[in-house]
Amino acid sequence: MEQIISAQQVTFCYQNDEGESHEVLHLLDLDIPKGQMVAVLGHNGSGKSTLAKHFNAILLPSGGTVYVDGIDTKDPQRLFDIRQTVGMVFQNPDNQIVATIVEEDVAFALENMGVDPAEIRRRVDEALQEVGMYEYRMHAPHQLSGGQKQRVAIAGIVAMRPKCIVLDEPTAMLDPRGRSEVMRTIRKLNEQFGITSVLITHYMDEAARCDRVVVMDDGKILMDGVPREVFSQVERLKSVGLDVPAATELIYHLRQKGYQLRQDVIFEDECAEELARFLKEQNVDADH
Amino acid sequence: MLKDITIGQYFPGQSFLHRMDPRMKIILTIVYIVLLFMASTLVTIGMSVVFLAVLYRIAKIPGKMVFRGIKPVIPIVIFTALLNMLFIDGEVIWKLGFLSITKEGLWTAFLMAVRIIALIAGTSLLTYTTSPIVLTDAIERLMSPLAKLKFPVHELAMMMTIALRFIPTLIEETDKIMSAQKARGADLESGGLMQRARALIPILIPLFISAFRRADELALAMECRCYRGGEGRTRMKQLKLGGVDIAAALVFCALAAGVILLNLYLPMPF
Amino acid sequence: MPIIKTEDLTYIYSQGTPFEKAAVDHVNLEIEAGEFVGVIGHTGSGKSTLIQHLNGLLEPTSGKVYIDGQDLWADKSKIRQFRFRVGLVFQYPEYQLFEDTVAKDIAFGPRNMGLSEAEIQDRVRMAAQFVDLPEEILEKSPFELSGGQKRRVAIAGVIAMDPEVLILDEPTAGLDPRGRDRILGQLKEYHRHRGNTVLLVSHSMEDVAKYATKVLVMNRSHLFLYDETHRVFKHAEELSRMGLAVPQLSRVFTALAEQGFAVNPNTYTMQYALNEIEDLLEGRGYHA
Repeated sequence: MEQIISAQQVTFCYQNDEGESHEVLHLLDLDIPKGQMVAVLGHNGSGKSTLAKHFNAILLPSGGTVYVDGIDTKDPQRLFDIRQTVGMVFQNPDNQIVATIVEEDVAFALENMGVDPAEIRRRVDEALQEVGMYEYRMHAPHQLSGGQKQRVAIAGIVAMRPKCIVLDEPTAMLDPRGRSEVMRTIRKLNEQFGITSVLITHYMDEAARCDRVVVMDDGKILMDGVPREVFSQVERLKSVGLDVPAATELIYHLRQKGYQLRQDVIFEDECAEELARFLKEQNVDADH
Repeated sequence: MLKDITIGQYFPGQSFLHRMDPRMKIILTIVYIVLLFMASTLVTIGMSVVFLAVLYRIAKIPGKMVFRGIKPVIPIVIFTALLNMLFIDGEVIWKLGFLSITKEGLWTAFLMAVRIIALIAGTSLLTYTTSPIVLTDAIERLMSPLAKLKFPVHELAMMMTIALRFIPTLIEETDKIMSAQKARGADLESGGLMQRARALIPILIPLFISAFRRADELALAMECRCYRGGEGRTRMKQLKLGGVDIAAALVFCALAAGVILLNLYLPMPF
Repeated sequence: MPIIKTEDLTYIYSQGTPFEKAAVDHVNLEIEAGEFVGVIGHTGSGKSTLIQHLNGLLEPTSGKVYIDGQDLWADKSKIRQFRFRVGLVFQYPEYQLFEDTVAKDIAFGPRNMGLSEAEIQDRVRMAAQFVDLPEEILEKSPFELSGGQKRRVAIAGVIAMDPEVLILDEPTAGLDPRGRDRILGQLKEYHRHRGNTVLLVSHSMEDVAKYATKVLVMNRSHLFLYDETHRVFKHAEELSRMGLAVPQLSRVFTALAEQGFAVNPNTYTMQYALNEIEDLLEGRGYHA
């Protein structure tokens, strides 16, 4: 399968104020194929945000190479091609909205790229419709809720028609309603428009619904697989300061007690299903 | 609440004044100011004032908004009027000691007061009918010839836009920080001047740190959206001069002609 | 006598303008000393406005607030005294840090109280201990610390006032699972040790279920419920209609109960869930 992002033996060091060198990423390899929805997990300081900033040439590797759609991110001639290919959404929606009117903000990237005005208009309207914010196009950003602002920020990226969106904890500052709005939007963009998504998150239930979960620790990739595979390793995840979905944890504790349950349960409905199957097998009646 | 303060004086509407090209509005506002100072007779100054009143009517801006704009300059108006009244020579109509009021002085005082009020009301009409972002945009475009002289027109306009965007955010933030420090017992309301100034430190430091952090993140987000300065940039909204603009320009030409001619043929009787 | 009492507490925003809105509407509430109260409600439900009345940051439009039987607004000039008795930690409290050392920042509250230097130092050490800040950090600049550490410094700044009531508005927002568990664990320990009243505003039903003895639910400016945790979660359906997510486990157990198994549908903590399943397997089903 074609890779949209390919990190090869990537190392990243930075100098702190005292001149000491810190290694944040260590000989890291990661390939992300087109169309995938990938979650990246890891505690604060595990290097996941640093890695994300390598995906659109905000940071350049100290060692190794990152290819974005086949382009080496170190090639200064192709910088803007890279940024158009991989868009980036950040945690704080307030700090990424530039203009005082929603539609003007969504147009910002296209104006920078020198797109023809009629084409900008068309793409802005499309992007706003895709994230469900078209009715709010004439609003001022400070009149919107957190989830709405974040969707405007996503529209501003979508308008560039990127092949991939990297989202660095896009739901961390939102309430449950805002979170589900944003997650629905990201999933829709992935499913309907085939946009590759790299989602950095602390929420395990969000990760559980991705195609793939990558777990980082100490600048390296610790685990990489489909959510079921990754989340079934409860102890390993807990040892690096991460959680598992409550459904997974319940099954895990029951298995610890010796009960024969499937170990790769990650959703509530399948947890209930698996428990029901098991209880019936143990001749517990469901006659209430 | 700090966040109740409205930013800019934009008064949204659908009138043709709202729909006019902002560049034309800026130019015509300047023309109007020039006319105000040319109008030197009762008839012409009256004409200019009535004209402005009609424009306010068309724009459907309520009278109390006009007054709100004028209120802050009233002391200046009174001060200039007094100076004019007392220090202009001419036919004395009232005298007390060394103070004397002349007919010419009285007329000039009146004329200046009307001019200043009409000037403020006229420029307010521009900001009432034009949103700050459109105004910024128009200023950028009007000044764009200066960019050839290496004047940073785009950069200034961008800074204006970002300032307008972040003022509500920072006001809200100030509110929050003030509450948080008050919750820790900060006393912002009592004490002398020095004590009050010192009490601001716990608010200003977090506010500045936060503003810098926001600036940092915003710069990053702008870079991610291919920002590279004004060069090669296009705009979604093209400004085009339309029928209303040409009509408005013609009306202003008529007013200007009227003011000039009536100044000449219907001069003041003294 | 309840430690917190409100009588017909009403607060109207922007009174006399077209934007007039009651943010808190005739709330009558009595909280007994020593409770650990979870405060829930969607964004805009009035919970933030409510808590800002409890330490006198907002003055009621009408109605009364009593702390330990004393009317907060009986004497306006004494209002600061109540801010020391009812400590309020805002959302993202790390953004209020301003001093050049951690110790000085924590001392800000106690200093405003007019305590003696020796007492201030005691308070700083006590508060730092509760949030697990090592001695060597106290002389560092708060701006050099990690996100989780800054958050704990800010919480310590309020704990140092040794308030009778401690209110925290989403103290774990934006933290990773490890940081979240750490702060909540410390709070529980603080509550157990000091025996004072704690109000925890949270969007996470899991956290509320795990720590709170009572739950206060705000909905559309009204007090919807104030009752013991297990009783509140019985209203699962109404809570989800308000846009509040019910704990994952309770959804699993609701599903099992619906299938006819003798489990308590009102199960929301891990330990209780495990007991439920084991009881069932041993033939001791739940009977409502």
